[in-house]
Amino acid sequence: MSTGQIEIQLIAAIVAAACALPGSFLVLRKMAMMSDAISHAILPGIVVGFFLTNDLASPVLILAAAATGLLTVFLVETLMTTRLVKEDAAIGLVFPILFSIGVILIARFAGDVHLDTDAVLLGELAFAPFDRFVIFGSDLGPRSLYVMGGVGLLNGLFIALFYKELKVATFDAGLAAALGFAPALIHYGLMTLVSVTAVAAFDAVGSILVVALMIGPPAAAYLLTDRLDRMIGLSVLLGVVSALGGFWVANALDASIAGAMAGMVGVVFAVVYLAAPRYGILAGLRRRRRQKWAFAEKMLAIHLFQHEGLPEAAVENRVEHLEEHLNWSGDFARRVVRKAQQDGLLRREDGLLELTGRGRSLATEAIVAT
Amino acid sequence: MDLIHQLFTDYTLRMVALGSATLGVVSGGLGTYAVLRGQSLLGDAISHAALPGIAVAYLLTGSKAPLVLMLGAAGAGWLATLLIMSVTETTRVKYDSMLGLMLSVFFGIGLVLLTYIQHSAGASQAGLDTFLFGQAAALIQRDVVTMAALGGGALVLMVVFWKELKVLAFDPEFGRTIGLPMRAVDILLTALLVVAIVIGLQTVGVVLMSAMLIAPAAAGRQWTNALGIMVVLSALFGAAAGVSGALISSTTSGLPTGPTIVLCMGAIVAVSFLFAPRRGLIWRWVRTRRHAGRFHLEAALLDLYELGMQHEDPFRPHEVGALDVMSAVPARRLLERLEASGLVRRVGGSRWALTESGLQEARSLKEERA
Repeated sequence: MSTGQIEIQLIAAIVAAACALPGSFLVLRKMAMMSDAISHAILPGIVVGFFLTNDLASPVLILAAAATGLLTVFLVETLMTTRLVKEDAAIGLVFPILFSIGVILIARFAGDVHLDTDAVLLGELAFAPFDRFVIFGSDLGPRSLYVMGGVGLLNGLFIALFYKELKVATFDAGLAAALGFAPALIHYGLMTLVSVTAVAAFDAVGSILVVALMIGPPAAAYLLTDRLDRMIGLSVLLGVVSALGGFWVANALDASIAGAMAGMVGVVFAVVYLAAPRYGILAGLRRRRRQKWAFAEKMLAIHLFQHEGLPEAAVENRVEHLEEHLNWSGDFARRVVRKAQQDGLLRREDGLLELTGRGRSLATEAIVAT
Repeated sequence: MDLIHQLFTDYTLRMVALGSATLGVVSGGLGTYAVLRGQSLLGDAISHAALPGIAVAYLLTGSKAPLVLMLGAAGAGWLATLLIMSVTETTRVKYDSMLGLMLSVFFGIGLVLLTYIQHSAGASQAGLDTFLFGQAAALIQRDVVTMAALGGGALVLMVVFWKELKVLAFDPEFGRTIGLPMRAVDILLTALLVVAIVIGLQTVGVVLMSAMLIAPAAAGRQWTNALGIMVVLSALFGAAAGVSGALISSTTSGLPTGPTIVLCMGAIVAVSFLFAPRRGLIWRWVRTRRHAGRFHLEAALLDLYELGMQHEDPFRPHEVGALDVMSAVPARRLLERLEASGLVRRVGGSRWALTESGLQEARSLKEERA
């Protein structure tokens, strides 16, 4: 690994962690699409900031763009309170208009400088190590590393300081308001984090990867745990894994790093979606199968229990008879009986099925419960 | 006039205007359903998700014919929508999270493929990346014909399945109870939306396409409560914005077409939000003012009546000061307006009394409120 590669991976990991922190709350608050809106709508802010300073690295740029991010949130909220359109339509109206203004500003006034829409949308992580942070002639590493590190610290600090407030406001906005936590303030605080993160990340990784890293890892973590602190931790972990994995895929294919990282976010989500222990698809299938067998065994036990010791038992309590009585296929009936035998619920003597003590108590419990 | 003359003589201008108008009609008409169903942002997800389809279509066929690329885009967009639907149905991941996730992951994979095409085997990806930001000026007759054919087909299907789509938009539960295959209708609508989006990508690009779906419908919604009228209005608004945006951008240097169309659309939305009868903000403001005015007048009349009843003489004159104490706004102006409608009369300098018709009016108001 060259130093450049190590630096790129370090930047990517920090971006992933910085995005996952506010992203967890966006996902929980059902505002995931605000990350998409904000990461596009900051474009005019970046352009105006660039006109003011003529320097893509200036902190003024970040401030101007973050302000545009907040303007987006404000406009969406204002449109919603008029009740002329629903929330999703409000989001879908505001950000394309702001993005259009940004594109037009670039096309009209900045055609000949290094600032184009491709860069904002797509980013170019491969170039990040070339932009060095130099103080008094000594090279301290890539500038993005420091910017994103700062933003990550800011995000971590905000969430650590206001953890309780964020938690209550996220899960019970009414309670938060009643406790005097000012949900609006928390909302705008969170949106400020999203804006600042999106702006800081734009020239390194582009806005699409910001969206992927803010939503994907938290959505996957949401399938893995019911606890907020674990969800945030897992989001950071999955984000970093996606970013590093994406880097090596891009390296192998000689393709866009940001794109490969976003793709890897999808792969990680797909794996979690399939294999999550409780909320995954496979777990759900397994649970349904288990329930099916357990239910069939219970049915069998009840059936045998009802006829036990009565004259008709010699006819009713036979495998061949289950087909007719319980409407089971012959094959299914034999498998249920075999499984019940294995589980010690019944004995089989000359084709006659006899409940064991365990089978009998299962049947009585089931009857009492209903 | 010169512009209109150009429209008929200038080939490029005519193609751009025709293409934008077609796009406006199709996306405006079909966007209506997305907005009404609260799926405004689905368009954004589909348009981003179309990117890998374009790359795959090119990789498989080696052709850059619009129909081939559009089919690829449609396939990917449709796949993304199905994934969004099935994941939200089978797990607890929310709709908005899935939108953001699919949007960024598919787009990322698209980027990987595009850069891979660019870097590998000297193949040129030129023409493929116009889908990112749109390049209306590059539209040729072949593109416009393809757009019109696909879009026209989608609109015909919309009319054929009018009733089913209407039920889907307003009351899918009802549709299910009367035996309509609502899931199939949902998939049909998604397919139609995909067509509308795919034909727009080349003109306005991935980011701005969502506005083409949402904005015309959001504007149309303000003017009517009838679905049919709303669809027609949205289509007209879409076409108007398309043509005017195309004309403005072609006559001014440094105004890219896509963003200009979106800003024209934004203007139509703003006008609709402000001036639409009944729902518009100005209309609403006037109505509130008028209600408040009438409320105060009635209150003043009733105050005068109550004072009279306390003295057991309804026509007894009272000082304006006594009424001021009871009224929320200065009583004098209210009394003057009541005098103009003959309900009260001035007695001496500052004393006022009910007239015969004023008494009747006050009594009927009393009755109304009881």
